[in-house]
Amino acid sequence: MMKQIEGSQGIAEAVALCRPQVVCAYPITPQTHIVEGVGAMVKAGALQHCEFINVESEFAALSVAIGASAVGARAYTATASQGLLFMAEAVYNAAGLGLPIVMTVGNRAIGAPINIWNDHSDSMALKDAGWIQLYAETNQEAADLHIQAFRLAEELSCPVMVCVDGFILTHAFERIEIPTQPQVDAYLPPFAPVQQLDVDNPYSIGAMVGPEAFTEVRYLGHQKQIEALDVIPRIAAEFEAAFGRASGGLVRPYRVEGAETVVVALGSVNGTIKDVIDAVRDAGAAIGSITISSFRPFPLAELHGLLAGAARVVCVEKSLAPGLGGVLASNVRMALRGMAVPVYTVIAGLGGRPITRASLADVFHLAADDKLDDVTFLDLNHAVIAQQLALADRDRHSGPIAENLLKALNPGLVRAKPQDERPKP
Amino acid sequence: MTDDTALQRVKFYQTGTRTVGNRLLTEDDRTVQASMGRSNAITSGHRACQGCGEALGARYALDAAMRAADGRLVAVNATGCLEVFTTPFPETSWQIPWLHSVFGNAPAVATGVAAGLRMRGKTDVRVVAQGGDGGTTDIGFGCLSGMFERNDDVLYICYDNEAYMNTGVQRSSATPPTARTATTPALGDAPGNVFGTGKNMPRIAMAHNIPYVATASVSDLHDLEAKVTRAMGICGARYIHVFVPCPLGWGSASENTVLIARLAVECGLFPLFEAEHGDVVSVGKIRRRVPVDDYLRLQRRFAHLFRKGAEDRQRIEAIQRMADANITRYGLVDAEDDQ
Ligand SMILES: Cc1ncc(C[n+]2csc(CCOP(=O)(O)OP(=O)(O)O)c2C)c(N)n1
Ligand code: SF4
Ligand SMILES: [Mg+2]
Repeated sequence: MMKQIEGSQGIAEAVALCRPQVVCAYPITPQTHIVEGVGAMVKAGALQHCEFINVESEFAALSVAIGASAVGARAYTATASQGLLFMAEAVYNAAGLGLPIVMTVGNRAIGAPINIWNDHSDSMALKDAGWIQLYAETNQEAADLHIQAFRLAEELSCPVMVCVDGFILTHAFERIEIPTQPQVDAYLPPFAPVQQLDVDNPYSIGAMVGPEAFTEVRYLGHQKQIEALDVIPRIAAEFEAAFGRASGGLVRPYRVEGAETVVVALGSVNGTIKDVIDAVRDAGAAIGSITISSFRPFPLAELHGLLAGAARVVCVEKSLAPGLGGVLASNVRMALRGMAVPVYTVIAGLGGRPITRASLADVFHLAADDKLDDVTFLDLNHAVIAQQLALADRDRHSGPIAENLLKALNPGLVRAKPQDERPKP
Repeated sequence: MTDDTALQRVKFYQTGTRTVGNRLLTEDDRTVQASMGRSNAITSGHRACQGCGEALGARYALDAAMRAADGRLVAVNATGCLEVFTTPFPETSWQIPWLHSVFGNAPAVATGVAAGLRMRGKTDVRVVAQGGDGGTTDIGFGCLSGMFERNDDVLYICYDNEAYMNTGVQRSSATPPTARTATTPALGDAPGNVFGTGKNMPRIAMAHNIPYVATASVSDLHDLEAKVTRAMGICGARYIHVFVPCPLGWGSASENTVLIARLAVECGLFPLFEAEHGDVVSVGKIRRRVPVDDYLRLQRRFAHLFRKGAEDRQRIEAIQRMADANITRYGLVDAEDDQ
């Protein structure tokens, strides 16, 4: 049924259609509406045979999911930002144990400075924890990916993180097609665990493994992700056949035929990127883009094929590897082995800064002339940075950087302290 | 249970003290451990140190829980000595389904196990979670409090050896004053751990108003079994705090584990009691009260209190006052018996 609903509600309804048996909730913006939505369905009786557990932390949320999954129950939770880092130890643990938990990450920046807005720092921090990571481009895809995620997770016995841009998707009201229960039941079979705590067949799960087999355990975790490179397109194709619309998959190229410049990005920003591409293509620029839907496993071969004819690649990414540049760009370079194609990094949208069509058009234009820096911070306020650097030069006790920057941005809002009132260092 | 474990010969644990031996009791009154039908939840061959109180306590607790649950039991384990000495893969001492996730999340994992079992219709299967004092009173404290507060159907057992043993005897919030650990060395003016710190986990558990809280000791294994059995008869969050001497960490002779545990009870430092819904409902009376000296002297972690010619009476007396306070608070000694 087509509904005009909030992204979070769409996700909640999709998750409920997957018949989760244990759902753990802990509030953190911008993910909260999702678990609230599932909780309301459990409370109202719309979602039956499901236990909704209000836990005391994200670490507990995922730990409860681990316990539930280990007895063969379908388990789900959602988090974001600080919450994802707070549960980091359990994130690795769930993957190491091979438990097919599905978790939504409502992508949000990580503090300090504390910031509730969207970027990808959170999921990127845990990109190598062994989870499959899918990124949604639209609210429809966000809902659809959850249905695929349970299939994928359970088929491979591997946890799946569905990354959904905070606010941009989680809080946007859009038209979403919500499938029917019989449709989802036909697509998603009941969970048949490969291992479970069973009193009739007792064994130990999670015991210590030494150097003699640890590498092999990790290798098999890697193999599972490689296998997912085949499984993801297959279940996406089956999804399209069953539900009548394309969602997910590994990558989605857009107007890459004959493109000299190819933009690569994750998540909702691809919508804006496509708008810009349409505009500048019409003005004669040879440009296209690729949406990466599966970041882990990383679709090296698909990218290699799609980028074969490109003269340059521009990665627009919402996270920063300080001291290096872009995480996405480093990964994309792996796909370009043996090809002399420059890969530019555009760090954009950090902490929720809007990524505008005008700014993107500018950097794409510079890129087309190969005049872009290796690492570019989109819309960086150079004046404010110069001011802060000068202040730090002048005064050893220059104080908290974040406050200084905001004062510089808002002259007159805060009365400057006379020099002699400042505390002496 | 496999055939060879069922056939394993029953061993009698020699207590060597004033307790009534099993053999004087009727079949029904004997310990679970003394029965041919015990489950050997943790079977022999594990790697615990000789005289390990934790191994002893866990074995009795789990076999009692197994009997109470009719063999339908799942155990969750925090990281720590118990987890390490009962494994690693491919060897395991666990004859029951057992899960280890990480150090600080055993109570939450157990919540998930219980919920998952319920949702799968396996309502007859019970859940025990367990951890050391560090895993319980420090790093797992948040998860434990959450599990208590939600009154999840989990029996949590803390094996308290008063330090982080598995990492080489570091101080935890269960380490007593003056005890030497690797991070509270016996150096300086006030050697060992300081006074006035630490937390009382059983009382904190009681403050959650959960249906059942008990303390127990490997000095009274009958009592430990009885408390586990009682706990298993109750639904909701339950907590048992078991005193388990650690010969390695405490610097005590391995044959003294049960004796030291008994002296801790008899001097008053480790009170035995049961509480229901936040109120103490029974206490284990001290039959033969002893000064704390008797307990402390047997352990090298307190050796600095008893230096030849320089006994630290002041601090020993301070410990005695802690024991006396417990005796008063819980009424551990009947007036006429007080010596
Ligand atoms: C998050 C985390 N921090 C630290 C450790 C290291 N560690 C493993 S076991 C352990 C000590 C366990 O002490 P306790 O819970 O008292 O159990 P015991 O070994 O004394 O029985 C520590 C500190 C760990 N595994 N995980
Ligand atoms: S160090 Fe202590 S707790 Fe650990 S196995 Fe040895 S005696 Fe037992
Ligand atoms: Mg300990």
